[in-house]
Amino acid sequence: MTAALVTKSKRPALSAGGLMKTRELGIILALAILVIFTAVNHPRFLSGQSIRDILLNTAILAVMAAGQAVVVITRNIDLSVGSVLGLSAFTVATMMSTNPDLPMIAALLVGLAVGAVAGLINGVLVRYGRVPALVVTLGTLYMFRGITYSWAGGQQVNADELPRHFLRFANASVLGVPWLVLIAVVVVGGVSVLMRNYRVGRELYAMGSSPQAAELAGIRVARNLLGAFLLSGALAGLAGVLFAARFGTVDASAGNGYELTVVAAVVVGGVAVFGGSGTVWGAGLGALLLTVIGSALAVLDINQFWQQAIVGALILFAICADRLVAVRIARSLRKRDSHV
Amino acid sequence: MDALLEVRDVTKSFGAVAAVQGVSFALHAGEAHALVGENGAGKSTIVKMLAGVHRPDTGTLAVDGAEVDFAGPADAKAAGIAVIYQEPTLFPDLSVAENIAMGNQPLTRLRQIDRRAMNANAERLFTRLGVRIDPARPARGLSIADQQLVEIAKALSSEARVLVMDEPTAALSGVEVDRLFAVTRALRDEGAAIMFISHRFEEITALCQRVTIMRDGRHVCTEPVADLTVDDMIRRMVGRDLSALYPKQEATIGETVLEVEGLSREGVFRDVSFTVRAGEIVALAGLVGAGRSEVMQAVFGVDRYDSGSVRFLGRKLKPGSPRAAMAAGMGLVPEDRRQQGLVMELSIERNVTLPRSRALAKLGLLFGGVERREAASWTQQLQTRLGRLSDPVGTLSGGNQQKVVLAKWLATGPRLLIVDEPTRGIDVGTKAEVHRLLSTLAARGLAVVMVSSELPEVLGMADRIVVLREGHVAAQLTRAEATEESVMYAAMGQPS
Repeated sequence: MTAALVTKSKRPALSAGGLMKTRELGIILALAILVIFTAVNHPRFLSGQSIRDILLNTAILAVMAAGQAVVVITRNIDLSVGSVLGLSAFTVATMMSTNPDLPMIAALLVGLAVGAVAGLINGVLVRYGRVPALVVTLGTLYMFRGITYSWAGGQQVNADELPRHFLRFANASVLGVPWLVLIAVVVVGGVSVLMRNYRVGRELYAMGSSPQAAELAGIRVARNLLGAFLLSGALAGLAGVLFAARFGTVDASAGNGYELTVVAAVVVGGVAVFGGSGTVWGAGLGALLLTVIGSALAVLDINQFWQQAIVGALILFAICADRLVAVRIARSLRKRDSHV
Repeated sequence: MDALLEVRDVTKSFGAVAAVQGVSFALHAGEAHALVGENGAGKSTIVKMLAGVHRPDTGTLAVDGAEVDFAGPADAKAAGIAVIYQEPTLFPDLSVAENIAMGNQPLTRLRQIDRRAMNANAERLFTRLGVRIDPARPARGLSIADQQLVEIAKALSSEARVLVMDEPTAALSGVEVDRLFAVTRALRDEGAAIMFISHRFEEITALCQRVTIMRDGRHVCTEPVADLTVDDMIRRMVGRDLSALYPKQEATIGETVLEVEGLSREGVFRDVSFTVRAGEIVALAGLVGAGRSEVMQAVFGVDRYDSGSVRFLGRKLKPGSPRAAMAAGMGLVPEDRRQQGLVMELSIERNVTLPRSRALAKLGLLFGGVERREAASWTQQLQTRLGRLSDPVGTLSGGNQQKVVLAKWLATGPRLLIVDEPTRGIDVGTKAEVHRLLSTLAARGLAVVMVSSELPEVLGMADRIVVLREGHVAAQLTRAEATEESVMYAAMGQPS
């Protein structure tokens, strides 16, 4: 279904998004350079297994980045996603180890539900508590993590306690494409289309572009905002299930610190921190870029501490590029305007 | 003729302040209706009620004779009311066409947005309005005039029958105003009801058939524009009794303290010159947006200026440096005391001594006792009603907060005090106290520049009045020359 929708919407976007498109192009270019450079030095970087690993590692990050992108587009942020992943992963792992007969779909649904509830709590606190999202989700980050810790009580669920079909899900593939990757592609594609071509998506952009004008325009701001946080939470919950299936061993610290990687992927992917612009698939590309950098540095045998410095530099670069492009656009628009 | 929209005896209060009291009027199809009044007469509150932003406390709105109750802007929009605010409210990141279509985008069968139809739609609206704006470009970077045209296109696309325009011409040039009027007239003649708010009388007489005049939140009259002269309108806008007492003390006018000469800032104010002498209260009057606060902020160094000079006590003052201004003996009590004048969470004593913390400190350390003594002496002089000096400033009433701001600046021993809207949001009793205080200070030889939107305050307090209009000095009036009418005439650019 998604494929058909994407092709249909391809044409008319160019005009308004022409300059913003350069951003996604930039990421693709950076990816290409990085991959070619690494592959020339270490040809095994392009082996089937290596690519598979990269895609599997990207999948979990990309699913969370899709949700985060939606929240950031509304000029908010969700820092609780790492903890939601942990809570969902531990819930699902515990459930599957005690009820090994449950089908995979049940695990996915429970993960989504746990995340959705967590996201809804965030949304309600942000909207009705009138507290900035940064503060609310920083609070729930610790709260959700605390719940997981006190529930786990130092225990962990090991791979041998989990049913075989659950673990196989991470590696099984359809027509050569791993399930995890397929899910990530469907999520990123689906959310992209939702944000691009549906009213609610454009309303979310509008809310981030000018919160005050959104209220005056009669947009259902509360509903949309709850929806955005719910989506981000639910996708973090889904990521929790994928995490449990992929790594098999789940303790209470699963996903610790992931929120910053997710935010980094979104920002590097070209979603403006002040909302209103950027794309979900750009955030997906950001997730891919971060993962590829990690793998490439490992292959090139560069100290992994450098990885953090490089990611940091990339974020700064992305933000500077945003400012530069914004100034350039503003100038060109003013010029275009003056002759009328 | 039946009314398209009726405002029936509406009242709206914010806290203790009654913004609108028992106002009624009706808008008819094919008619442009002006709403005029001084700053703070309640026009904006009326607009916000029509827009569904505020709900009337009592009274109702009626569309086509049926009472309506707007729970939010969406309801007002659905009822066919479109509002164009002074500051346009577009989404800068979205395309012009998206801005116009927001909320009722054309959809394809899969309920996706049909961009092609949306752009074509915008194109059609612009053709109808006779303007050329690319529907696919983002709204960011459009001139104010074009943004307003987009807002009008938005109103047309939602098939609004009532168009409310809140000072749409304030930021437009002459040509742009003409274009806006041509579009507005065309809409009016097609059967829309227009509500037009403006401070410019030539625009009202050029566009509107009827006018409603408001004063202090109350309805004064609604009459055909043709039956009223500009004089009549101004008189009804300001005509209130000057019952409130303004205790003006006699002061000996001393040497010149402040000389502002040819001060200009591109697009904000130009060629502003005036002087202030010791013991004198000079008021800067004018409409909202005339550039009064901006001029004083430039004088004080908070904002920059492009050309001109500021001389203080005979010496040229370094531009763009509030620190230099303060060191030279200038104080500024800003308009928004919550945002700019006070640190709400800090204690009263801390706030009072803040600008002097360096002078009061010993070896770089600030001791509580020194602060307290200093603060106690000033708050007593100003008769500030407070619990303990260690209470946060935020716990005081508006009037007493204002006294703390004054105390803070008086403690620095200034030669010139700039006060911006000193009594905004303060109850009548405390207002008189603030006035008495300013008057006493002037009598002691302080030079005072007062920026105020309240005419009675200006007339009651000032020795001289500098009237600004659209960024330049429209008139300088002495206390003897100044009347409500003469100040209003100058502020509105009407020959008296």
